[in-house]
Amino acid sequence: MQKHFITIGLFVLLALITVLAQAGVLSPYHVSVLMFMGVNIILASSLNLVNGYMGEFSCGHGGFMCVGAYVSAVCSVLMFSKNQILGAPLLPPSLALLGFPLSLLAGSAAAAVAGLVVAVPSFKTRGDYLAIITLAANYIVISAINNMEIIGGPRGFMGMNATEVAMKGLADIPWVLMWVMAGTVFTVWLLRRFVSSTLGKGVPAICQDEIAAEIMSVDTNRMKLIAFMLSSGLAGLAGGLYAQILGYVNPQSFDIMRSTEVMVMVYLGGMGSLSGATLSAILFTVLMEALRFLGVWKWVVIPLLLILLMQFRPEGIMGNKELSDLFPKLRKYYSFK
Amino acid sequence: MPLLEINGLTRRFGGLIAVNDFNIELGEHELVALIGPNGAGKTTVFNLISGFYQPSEGSIRFKGRDTRGLRPNRVTSLGVARTFQGIRLWGEMHVLDNIRIAQHYRLGYSLLDSFLRTKNYVTREKAIDAIAWELLEAMDLKDCAFELPRNLPYGVQRRVEIARAMSVKPSLLLLDEPAAGLNSSDVEGLIKLVRWIYDSYPVTIWMIEHQMKVVMSLCSRIKVIDFGATIADGAPEEIQKNPTVIKAYLGDDTI
Amino acid sequence: MEIFQHILNALQFGSFYALIALGYTLVYGVLRLINFAHGDIFMVGAYIAYFVAVSLLGLGGASLGLHLDPTLALAVTVPVTMILTSLVGVTLERTMYRPLRRKGANRLYVVITALMAGLILENGNLALLGASRKSFPDLVDKVVWNFGSVSMTNLKVIVIVASVAVFLLLQFIVTRTKIGMAMRGISYDKFAIPLMGIPLDSIIVVTFILGSGMAGLAGILFAMSYPILEPYMGALIGWKAFIAAVVGGIGDIRGAIVGGFLLGFIELGVVAVFPSTLRDLFAFSVLLIILWLRPTGIYGVAQTTKI
Repeated sequence: MQKHFITIGLFVLLALITVLAQAGVLSPYHVSVLMFMGVNIILASSLNLVNGYMGEFSCGHGGFMCVGAYVSAVCSVLMFSKNQILGAPLLPPSLALLGFPLSLLAGSAAAAVAGLVVAVPSFKTRGDYLAIITLAANYIVISAINNMEIIGGPRGFMGMNATEVAMKGLADIPWVLMWVMAGTVFTVWLLRRFVSSTLGKGVPAICQDEIAAEIMSVDTNRMKLIAFMLSSGLAGLAGGLYAQILGYVNPQSFDIMRSTEVMVMVYLGGMGSLSGATLSAILFTVLMEALRFLGVWKWVVIPLLLILLMQFRPEGIMGNKELSDLFPKLRKYYSFK
Repeated sequence: MPLLEINGLTRRFGGLIAVNDFNIELGEHELVALIGPNGAGKTTVFNLISGFYQPSEGSIRFKGRDTRGLRPNRVTSLGVARTFQGIRLWGEMHVLDNIRIAQHYRLGYSLLDSFLRTKNYVTREKAIDAIAWELLEAMDLKDCAFELPRNLPYGVQRRVEIARAMSVKPSLLLLDEPAAGLNSSDVEGLIKLVRWIYDSYPVTIWMIEHQMKVVMSLCSRIKVIDFGATIADGAPEEIQKNPTVIKAYLGDDTI
Repeated sequence: MEIFQHILNALQFGSFYALIALGYTLVYGVLRLINFAHGDIFMVGAYIAYFVAVSLLGLGGASLGLHLDPTLALAVTVPVTMILTSLVGVTLERTMYRPLRRKGANRLYVVITALMAGLILENGNLALLGASRKSFPDLVDKVVWNFGSVSMTNLKVIVIVASVAVFLLLQFIVTRTKIGMAMRGISYDKFAIPLMGIPLDSIIVVTFILGSGMAGLAGILFAMSYPILEPYMGALIGWKAFIAAVVGGIGDIRGAIVGGFLLGFIELGVVAVFPSTLRDLFAFSVLLIILWLRPTGIYGVAQTTKI
């Protein structure tokens, strides 16, 4: 029983948040901040797999988020919404609870396939060259969508809130919040399981000495494929959730600024630390809201903070340690494998 | 069928011939040395066997199988393991993980298994763990199982590297200058370790080494190479007296 | 004949990419650092040129009280801009990159610092000067020459000539002077250089002076050719110039020139055939394909690892 203390605690916390949101104790603003926090956790922890554990320099995470957001949004709209170009809804609202996760799955899958674009070149090149490929890929995705009038081009795409309306029709509870929480917990759970297995440890082995890894029987190509596709697929999940939260997407929200934000979270939290990425995503979301009063100076202060971080504590909050390394007593309450 | 059969192996780097028509046959359970002056091409031969380089000419057959074109991790999975001239352990992972990861080719479970923690996953991970601990115990490394390599003395790091190579369960163990950088008591320990491995496991050990003490006390057969080509091959006593070998190492009197 | 017009336009636009790419490649060649702030240094250069020109010409509330004739203003603006922009680059180096270098920090931390410095420049500009675009004053009387159906403005010629001249100058410096040799030496072995009695920091400062100065030149030329300035103008051009530098083979000056002009040609080629909104998409895709076929770039040399 004691071993699952933290897990139970987590579920209690999430249930509490849901109840408070439903009761109106948490304002819609608070709820949206919490939801963006969840999205940021997914983004930061998924990028951490590639930039932290594997030590690559992927600068295009926004592009994968974009793929996931659009694919998921389009599926959602196809299923439940009336759209000028795409036509009448294909499914009745009662299937919303099945349709929405399917749309998220479609978005993630599409984003994972997009991850191939970066994964395959990574077999032969590393570092700076891969950075460019990810940058270019990000731009290409945005550019492509800007040219697709059928889904709104640069003006954006909307209609996803019909899905939320359909879900609310079944029960008036904060569905989107719950889906975001589920997605966040799922992501962290998945990544934790992967990196703690011997299979997953092949990833930092590649980071620390790729040649040794290859010669010690690690199939580096397969590992890179897994890491990149897992990372981009989860970014796609974040995108799908993000699209649902806003009810609207446009290509500009996934450009290099978005990718930079995610990189800030990863490097702030510490490369190669899952708990670090999670903590820093939470911190970063709060910081972004707290500094909102600065207006445009926000984006002068945040880079400055990161520069100071690089000067005085470049390994970030957690370095490459996990919470269980810093607080060994935690092991009693959770079965960290 | 010989364990390792190399014929006419040649490797050029642009105009430089690093390995020149190298031939050797190794059987099961032998203890052989590869010696020669610096720059003779010894590590290049190992790199060719590992699959890190591809031959310009010639063939390499391991257990009858042509290994040319195979990626290094594939070659290792066939049963070839090695250590490196400069120790290449994974610095941010503790010793136990270093040894576990070398079993990557026979994890025996899928990605999905790792997510869902299926029975297969649990069983296989236990087995991997067991093999790793067994090696640690046997090589007197149990106490540093959770240490990072950089916190360990050089001699211990070398032992960890050898343990990692043994974790592959190889039929052929390639040791690249295992005694390099070791003090005399560590060298004694190394000789004991290599002898113990040879006696306990059905493995052929082929080592590159400069320290003649190690070579003479362990190896039953020595192959000498210079400028990429074989200049002698035989028992230690013959090699010690071979004039070509002496000339290669010490030069001759003519100026 | 039309094709010559296109070639000319491509050369002109390519010149900007080339000039900016030169800055990237110089710093990378010496420090193995992608100075992500470089595109924004270009933007700063354009803005510096704006303020210098405006105050020299005595326009719009400038305090210097001068009313110089445009050609004279140009003659002063160009060197002043280049010097001030170099100063910006060197300040960046001294305050942010050098301390990390001293500590022997991981290259990645410096790259992140560079990325953040770029953001500060962009958003600092936005915060200080507001979102309104600035309009660059005319410094050069436009002269148009017509050869049949090909029209050439003197400005276009100036830009192209400038970039070629800069390339020749840099090539001379890097291959024929002692400083250039030191720069090349650093790229091979950073630790051996100070041991040989060569002041590492001074050489690095020189590298930044050259690179940022060229960005400043690009800034003023760009402002003269496309007189609307806004804070994010350096971002996209910067990224593209960087990609151009890599495609050409980063670390090699010839690569920056070839890559820059190549990108100019690709972009113009795309726009000639496809709708202009597809320009960036195709340009990036073609560059990706070139990198895939030749990962080290056109003039790049593959790094080998020994084990």
